[in-house]
Amino acid sequence: MSAEQLDLNAIRARLAGTSGPQYWRSLEAVAETPEFKEFLHREFPANASEWNDPVGRRGFLKLMSASLALAGVTACTVQPDELIVPYVRQPEEIVPGKPLFFATAASLGGVATGLLVESHEGRPTKIEGNPDHPASQGGTDLFAQASILSLYDPDRSNTITEVGQVRPWSGFVGAIRGALSAQATTGGAGLRILTETVNSPSLAAQIQQILAAHPQAKWIQWEPTTRDNVRAGARAAFGEYVEPVYDFTKADVVLSLDGDFLAAENAFGVKYARAFASRRRLDTAPERMSRLYVAEATPSVTGGRADHRLAMKASQVEAFARAIAAKLGVAGITGGAPAGTDAHVDAIAADLAAHRGTSLVVAGEAQPAAVHALAHAMNDLLGNAGQTVSYMATPEIVPSEQHAAMRQLVVDMDAGRVQALLIIGEANPVFTAPADWKFADALQKVAWRAHSGLFYDETAELCQWHVPSTHYLEMWSDARSIDGTVSIVQPLIQPMYGGKSPHEVVATLGERAEQSGYDIVREYWMTAGATPAPAAAPADAGAPVATPAAAPVTAAVAAATEPAPVASPVTFEKQWRKWLHDGYVAGTAAAAKTVALAAGWSAVPPSAAPASGVEVNFKRDASIYDGRFANNGWLQELPKPVTKLTWDNAALVGPRTAEKLGVANGDLLSVKLEGRTLEVPAWIDPGHAQDAVTISLGYGRRRAGRVGTGVGFNAYALRGSGSVWFAGAEVAKAGGTYQLVSTQDHWSIEGRNLVRSAKLEEYKANPKFAHEMEHMKLSDGLTLYPKWEYSGYSWGMAIDLNTCTGCNACVVACQSENNIPVVGKDQVANGREMQWLRIDRYYAGDIDNPDTYYQPMPCQQCENAPCEVVCPVSATVHSAEGLNDMVYNRCVGTRYCSNNCPWKVRRFNFTLYQDWETESLKMQRNPDVTVRSRGVMEKCTYCVQRINSARIQAKREDREIRDGEVVTACEAACPSQAITFGNLNDPNSRVAKLKADPRNYSMLAELNTRPRTTYLAAVRNPNPALPSNPTVGGHHTESHEAASTESEH
Amino acid sequence: MAQHVHAQQSATTLEHPVIGAGQDYESITEVVSEIPLGKRYPFGWIIGLLIGLAGLGALQLAIGYLLLKGIYIWGNNVPVGWAFDIINFVWWIGIGHAGTLISAILMLFKQQWRMSIARFAEAMTIFAVACAALFPLLHTGRPWLAAYWLFPYPNTMGLWPQFRSPLIWDVFAVSTYATVSVVFWIVGLIPDLATMRDRATSNVKRVVFGALSLGWRGSARHWHRYEVASLILAGLSTPLVLSVHSVVSFDFAVSVIPGWHAAIFPPYFVAGAIYSGFGMVLTLAIPIRAFYKLEHLITMKHIDNMAKVMLATGLIVAYGYGMEAFFGWYSANQYERFMLWNRMTGPYAWSYWLLIFINAVLIHVLWFKSVRYNLKYMFVLSLIVNLAMWLERFVIIVTSLHRDFVVSSWDMYSPTAWDFMMFGGTMGLFITLFFLFMKFVPMISIFEVRTLLPEAKVHVPHGHDTHGSGH
Repeated sequence: MSAEQLDLNAIRARLAGTSGPQYWRSLEAVAETPEFKEFLHREFPANASEWNDPVGRRGFLKLMSASLALAGVTACTVQPDELIVPYVRQPEEIVPGKPLFFATAASLGGVATGLLVESHEGRPTKIEGNPDHPASQGGTDLFAQASILSLYDPDRSNTITEVGQVRPWSGFVGAIRGALSAQATTGGAGLRILTETVNSPSLAAQIQQILAAHPQAKWIQWEPTTRDNVRAGARAAFGEYVEPVYDFTKADVVLSLDGDFLAAENAFGVKYARAFASRRRLDTAPERMSRLYVAEATPSVTGGRADHRLAMKASQVEAFARAIAAKLGVAGITGGAPAGTDAHVDAIAADLAAHRGTSLVVAGEAQPAAVHALAHAMNDLLGNAGQTVSYMATPEIVPSEQHAAMRQLVVDMDAGRVQALLIIGEANPVFTAPADWKFADALQKVAWRAHSGLFYDETAELCQWHVPSTHYLEMWSDARSIDGTVSIVQPLIQPMYGGKSPHEVVATLGERAEQSGYDIVREYWMTAGATPAPAAAPADAGAPVATPAAAPVTAAVAAATEPAPVASPVTFEKQWRKWLHDGYVAGTAAAAKTVALAAGWSAVPPSAAPASGVEVNFKRDASIYDGRFANNGWLQELPKPVTKLTWDNAALVGPRTAEKLGVANGDLLSVKLEGRTLEVPAWIDPGHAQDAVTISLGYGRRRAGRVGTGVGFNAYALRGSGSVWFAGAEVAKAGGTYQLVSTQDHWSIEGRNLVRSAKLEEYKANPKFAHEMEHMKLSDGLTLYPKWEYSGYSWGMAIDLNTCTGCNACVVACQSENNIPVVGKDQVANGREMQWLRIDRYYAGDIDNPDTYYQPMPCQQCENAPCEVVCPVSATVHSAEGLNDMVYNRCVGTRYCSNNCPWKVRRFNFTLYQDWETESLKMQRNPDVTVRSRGVMEKCTYCVQRINSARIQAKREDREIRDGEVVTACEAACPSQAITFGNLNDPNSRVAKLKADPRNYSMLAELNTRPRTTYLAAVRNPNPALPSNPTVGGHHTESHEAASTESEH
Repeated sequence: MAQHVHAQQSATTLEHPVIGAGQDYESITEVVSEIPLGKRYPFGWIIGLLIGLAGLGALQLAIGYLLLKGIYIWGNNVPVGWAFDIINFVWWIGIGHAGTLISAILMLFKQQWRMSIARFAEAMTIFAVACAALFPLLHTGRPWLAAYWLFPYPNTMGLWPQFRSPLIWDVFAVSTYATVSVVFWIVGLIPDLATMRDRATSNVKRVVFGALSLGWRGSARHWHRYEVASLILAGLSTPLVLSVHSVVSFDFAVSVIPGWHAAIFPPYFVAGAIYSGFGMVLTLAIPIRAFYKLEHLITMKHIDNMAKVMLATGLIVAYGYGMEAFFGWYSANQYERFMLWNRMTGPYAWSYWLLIFINAVLIHVLWFKSVRYNLKYMFVLSLIVNLAMWLERFVIIVTSLHRDFVVSSWDMYSPTAWDFMMFGGTMGLFITLFFLFMKFVPMISIFEVRTLLPEAKVHVPHGHDTHGSGH
């Protein structure tokens, strides 16, 4: 025993010399210690007898546990010198190799999405939606999916600094207390707190407590892509801030006025995509299919789903809205239709009027308040309020007009009225504030400046103090979703870089400066309890009642009112555990408000007439949002839904405008706005409004990190305070070109029947229309061999092209689940992108305003797979359940399988694309999926690791795998539930039923590869009174060919 | 009697004999063995070898960097998974075919004119196969595994290659071809190596040639065995001429890709291989005969015959193009039709039309004797034919892959500097090997060419042994 004791001491001594951040290296080092080798040596026969010897066994266990426990299981923190408890007894719930899921929530733009996060032995690895969350209902968007990569981003800032010098947390607390005490005499007149839109009740309460203590201090909320117009529009119409929340499940006819409500980058896209899809699914009565009209400048995913899309300048939308409102008879509104839209105005107004109470008018965030007010008035007139649209408290705790507040801050800073400024969050005002405000200059007039964020970004650079922030997976917080439901944000991992959460940073301004985030949030909820959102509706509005223990209390969020204690600690503990477990606080959903149009709302003056010349539009980027995700490789490499551009933004122009400007893809355009000029390459975007360009925001970061720095063109440098969303500009061709990279160069579908669509009337007349678009009908006698019988499971997938919006959530989910590497712009340019799942986009009809179709393309898992027969080493083989498996270990990389794949869904590791060096990224990877090496082919596996995990579970319980038990990563992420996976041998499975749907078809069926992934053909529901684009898939020129093919065979 | 035979021989090949006038046993032996046995290292040979070595160095660099980085250094992508690698492989393999055709099939057909070009055409075959064999190995993602996993060897995992894959057929076809070609070549060399041994003046050469000639003494028994072995090897090689490139064509024909999936490929590939092989023989023969003054051994008759073979096989290839286009249209399959349309009008149309121009139009100049007997024209034409046959593989591989079924994955291919370096490097390897061969091995079969002499044809009752091992 004493000898072993000495050994342990030796291990400990050895480990004392290593430091935590070198965790993985130290594991290897420790594994090579003589003690560990000894253990390995003894595990097998020679000393196996020790197991039965009580003394020997104890020593054995000690040695093993010491070797492993001391090897650094405590993740990234430095090994403590004090006695630590070895991992002898397995902690409750942790089974090595089995992931745990924790509910939490991610917020973006002031709205939370409920999540379940997969954790492997303490490492969060994958984001899933929380199916129980009342608002997001299990859907997630690409940003939530990709946020896991941001957690492990090696470029995150990791030390508190003061002008570049490393400081301890106590140093920062001392400094901020000092800055605060200087303000004591003036009531905080020189103190400003700048945050993102805050949807955390506890954080808002914290800030308001500070404001209460320092009445002259100010709190500014700033989103670079602000939703001010929505708020101002609601206030103009109803006299108060309310959030219109749409119910697309009840809407038969939807008119979107530049409203991209399905897009992930717009608030609530996840919720709306799901609801909208429910009326496009066609598995019930086709009469239930909704009709969507969209008027917009920039082709969006919502525009892509439209049955009628009108391309018009953003500045023309208001006139269009007025014309429809006037046609509908909204009191006090007059106005003619913009040129060329008369027929549409008449038809849309008639269609809306014919669907009173089941129609819906949606206004986009970029449209001025007047358009929002018009939309509210039209919904009011059509009786939609309370039916398809309800009005709720805003998800942000304290709604404000952010643009004006920010303007005031800049004025105050310029005037020297601000002595201390605390900037929290990812809003990055130095980069994102309107260019004409010269925020950076004003900021430097502030004597004491501190920044807390995930990255040492452009704003951090100009602040003396920088405090690394926590990722949402590292902190305690709470967050409100669109319907007011609050989720408790619980951490899955200790802060990796010693970050401090916004709660903890704000707390330094209060009385208990060193309070932990956990205590702050818990304390808040202990006193607040579960209550509906503030200023909630009258009690009779059907607000869910909180758990009995939580007596209804007055609105606790507004800090002015004193929250009352609600429960005993024991009851609270039970409740708290339930909230954490469920991922949301039951009973916090806001009730719908009854609002009435304010008198004189129609007096909102029309916005200025559209500027002449070319209109420049600014948009959130579909991949990197407002620039905060610029350092996320998955998002940078993600082909944008409509343009399929990666690694760049561009000036999107319509084909005619491009012709007029004399530019082709990649030619530089010079865009001049209010004296500021930006040179940006043009990209031709079919369907873009004429005489307009669109540049997405967030690119051109100067300090983003190794991935995002210097990528793309900075549209913020062009965007002024008077041109937040769109403005007239001078656009001309500049000399030179720039290489833009897109993953899909070809627009046309070349008359092929890859995507098939029909109009609703055609579908009703002939539900099997997709089958008649086959180029060649196959007979059963093509092969002499009998068909293989699958006795057990037989996996398959069906993808509904009618509900897919092309939003990309599935692509990022796949990348995250399957450890897919990022390859970089030059490799994408060379056609070597690695995403296993891609979304193909095809246009049909008029190039100036085409219909857009999206087709997610995972491996087709062919029954007669062309890839399998040509592999010389059997590295791709058919499984007993019909999967087309890849054996990475066996692959030598001839690429023949890829050549012979008609769908080109195989991806090849042309070099070592995986980052095997960066320590933090190693922790992100899914341990259930091989990390592929150089020279190996890879492809979609139908998430075989998930199938196997379900199989193990089912076998243990001695039952079959249930339908819906295996959910592929793409299926789980899809907000519109377009992807369905399951067992084809079970006639009652969802996928088997979809395969029996008359719309179901196989791509390239004539090749007789018999794909297991099939598609449900798209159906459009155009208004017969209006012209519409032709459908695709073999109705037109190619139908002759198809006919002749059939006749000849 | 001898005079009579000589007169007859001259009559048949009066204008352009397969051997120049005034040659006898001694002169042939002298002129051929002088090159390996002499101490002269001509300046031109040194320059040529240096060029070859420079290319070989480039090849080593290209392979070294390739092993370090992966084929990411090339231009291949998805959808164009194969490009220069397989184009070069097929091109080199095709070139190899002329050697086997000359040494085996023409031997069985008793075509005497083959004798003076057979030796170096066979050497060309072996060196071309060596160049070709580099590509299928090095184009894989993990060549260190492909090097043995593609072979059926017993292993504890019980894993075998996948015998349905044309790539495995390739492995067998090419390795068989290489083995038989090398054996055939070495067997054919033995009598001449013995001549070298006997005529060598330096001890080193005597020992080396002595060892290589395997104890050849020129006895009747030796000659008997030699003749039997040659015949058996020729019989073995003959089907290989047809099978190897048929199997190579299966790499494409077995797939489902429009432009690859065609039943016409095997004969069309074999004809193309022979066509390009003879092109390469001409490319080599024309300068060599001038440089080493071998015009009396490699005569205009040889050039003429090879040109005729090229014309015949070139026309078969051109017919293949026509049939490919016809079937594409007649299939009424829109993917096939698009593939053709894309070849003719797509971004790589230049390669298709250049190919058609050379192999279907320009080749007709070979109908003219004045062209066939003009060495300058023939040399330039042989180079053009080699280019065209490289283009043919480019058209088949790249233009079929870059736009196949699903429109969204269409993409363009462009080679990188490493692609060219690798290709140029294999040429360096080929040149190096060939220059070493020219200097150190008798590049014309002495004993066979001597049988062309009038003396050899005399059937005198007492002359059992008309072959001599040289004195």
